[in-house]
Amino acid sequence: MLQLSKEDLVRAYTQMRTIRDFEERVHEEFAGGSIPGFVHLYAGEEASAVGVCMNLNDKDNIASTHRGHGHCIAKGCDVKGMMQEIYGRRGGLCGGKGGSMHIADLSKGMMGANGIVGGGPPLICGAALSAKTLGTGGVAVAFVGDGGSNQGTTLESYNLAKVWNLPAVFVVEDNGYAESTASSWSVGGSQIKRAEAFGMEGFEVDGHDFFAVYEAARDVIAKARDGGGPSLLHVRLNRYFGHFEGDAMTYRPDGEVDGLRQQRDSLAIFRQRVGETGLLDAAEMEEIDRSVAGLIDEAVGESVAAPPPTRDDLTTDVYVTY
Amino acid sequence: MAKKSFRQAINEALAMEMRRDPTVILMGEDVAGGMGAAGEDDAWGGPLGVTKGLMPEFGRDRVLDTPISESAFVGAAAGAAATGLRPVAELMFVDFMGVCLDQIFNQAGKFRYMFGGKAVTPMVVRTMYGAGFRAASQHSQCLYPVFTHMPGLKVAIPSSPYEAKGLLIQAIRDDDPVIFFEHKVMYDDEEEVPDEAYTIPFGEANLTREGDDVTIVAIGRMVQFANQVADKLEGEGIGCTVVDPRTTSPLDEDTILECVEDTGRLVIVDEASPRCNIATDISALVSERAFKALKAPIRMVTPPHTPVPFAAELEDLYIPNPDRIEEAVRSVMGAQA
Repeated sequence: MLQLSKEDLVRAYTQMRTIRDFEERVHEEFAGGSIPGFVHLYAGEEASAVGVCMNLNDKDNIASTHRGHGHCIAKGCDVKGMMQEIYGRRGGLCGGKGGSMHIADLSKGMMGANGIVGGGPPLICGAALSAKTLGTGGVAVAFVGDGGSNQGTTLESYNLAKVWNLPAVFVVEDNGYAESTASSWSVGGSQIKRAEAFGMEGFEVDGHDFFAVYEAARDVIAKARDGGGPSLLHVRLNRYFGHFEGDAMTYRPDGEVDGLRQQRDSLAIFRQRVGETGLLDAAEMEEIDRSVAGLIDEAVGESVAAPPPTRDDLTTDVYVTY
Repeated sequence: MAKKSFRQAINEALAMEMRRDPTVILMGEDVAGGMGAAGEDDAWGGPLGVTKGLMPEFGRDRVLDTPISESAFVGAAAGAAATGLRPVAELMFVDFMGVCLDQIFNQAGKFRYMFGGKAVTPMVVRTMYGAGFRAASQHSQCLYPVFTHMPGLKVAIPSSPYEAKGLLIQAIRDDDPVIFFEHKVMYDDEEEVPDEAYTIPFGEANLTREGDDVTIVAIGRMVQFANQVADKLEGEGIGCTVVDPRTTSPLDEDTILECVEDTGRLVIVDEASPRCNIATDISALVSERAFKALKAPIRMVTPPHTPVPFAAELEDLYIPNPDRIEEAVRSVMGAQA
């Protein structure tokens, strides 16, 4: 932690708080009926996206999952543009044509949330190949869930990244449930041993602890950047909400989420850790909290008022040339 | 002008584009061959030698052999295309699309629209298709209708060596994902092919024969059969216009409609399975927009709705042939509206 500057800590806390507030607010607005479609929330998992992406720059690419809002924010996507996209507005990051599951900003190295479980890892092999071939010095990171870790695309990508020696990192975010199915049941063997079986290093990380994620990611990303090939992080964490908004979560034991919020809240853990160092005091973090709350309020207000796409937008952007 | 084979035309197109643009790379199973093995380097150059010689010229950093992992490397081509390269991925047989289709149609084909017009995904998937090789059910299909159905993809199906070179160079320079179909029995076909680079625009059909009586729209290898029939019937005073659409997405609807307006009769020859293939699509197009011009019912010459059989006797019955095309042309000439 001591290697992080105060500026870094402010950035990390701001992003984690932004993700939390964004998701809590989307949860409320969805329940109120103002957000259409399928929405999967990242609240509870903030330390993973931010801990990893704090080690990346705009030349680095990430591929995300259906639970992508946190990765988008951590990779620098415009929060207001994201919210407008979730509302299906013309001013959204994707013009209202993508929605929650397809938010992307290639200029930020965010290659998209993805509606296909396991869709991202092959894309990241490609982004890593581009970085290697073009000599950009970039790395590429695939976030996959515990569900996605069982897709053939993910396992094939481990192998391809290894045999091509790509600057790639696979981050398996294991929140305990693939939809309603426990990862303790659905994952044969162990994530770490899977990595090792493909000749990669793998590390298990406490995904509630920003600093643990940051340090583990720093090492494997640096290794990839230096030509050392791919690695895997198995990040254990929890989601506060259901698989999708509207999921009654009857598969989770009573009180599980309340207990997690009280004892394994990544933001509370962060505040406690930085408080001990004195690098960032409570008043500064409360000021960040107020600022983020204002940003989310504005984002929702502007999204509600923003115009939808037009009839002309329906048939544009299918091809570059027709 | 030198005669070149379909295989040479494709190899030449790849080499010329790789020389012109350092971001063009090739990847696929055994596109060089011999990777990691103790024997000859560039051992295969693809299963039928189409990419032979490219690895020695451009090196293994640009001609990448892959594990047998179509999902991973076709997806990698999509990811590379979205981040600055122009990858040409070889899907050895189009029949293998079943293991990597998501990466083609849900990822590459939709990036541009889903991301609000901000993504550019200039990838080419070269793939071998078609019956006649005694390669049986899982190595002989056409399947271009599947890709034609999917918005965001372009589909090119060259009918000769000249067409192959021009359409492939266009495909590589195109900024959209292109599925490029190479008929496996056409690789040794020869015709005059210019040495220099040239492109054939997508969505512009080619009239390989012109006549007044019947329009024959034919796809890929079937263009050759249609030409044979047109040449034969010309001697009998039956004039056939043969339309090679070249690309099924985009499809040159105007040229097809104009030809049908001129001739009043339409035969469509498609080697793909008969339900929801290109023949049914063009039939629907003409029925909707040129119905009054028709002097006879539209005839579709296709295989039966079966998997491609192995035995030579059965496969020969399966594939549309000049005799069946000729019968269809004679039938529309004899039919009364």
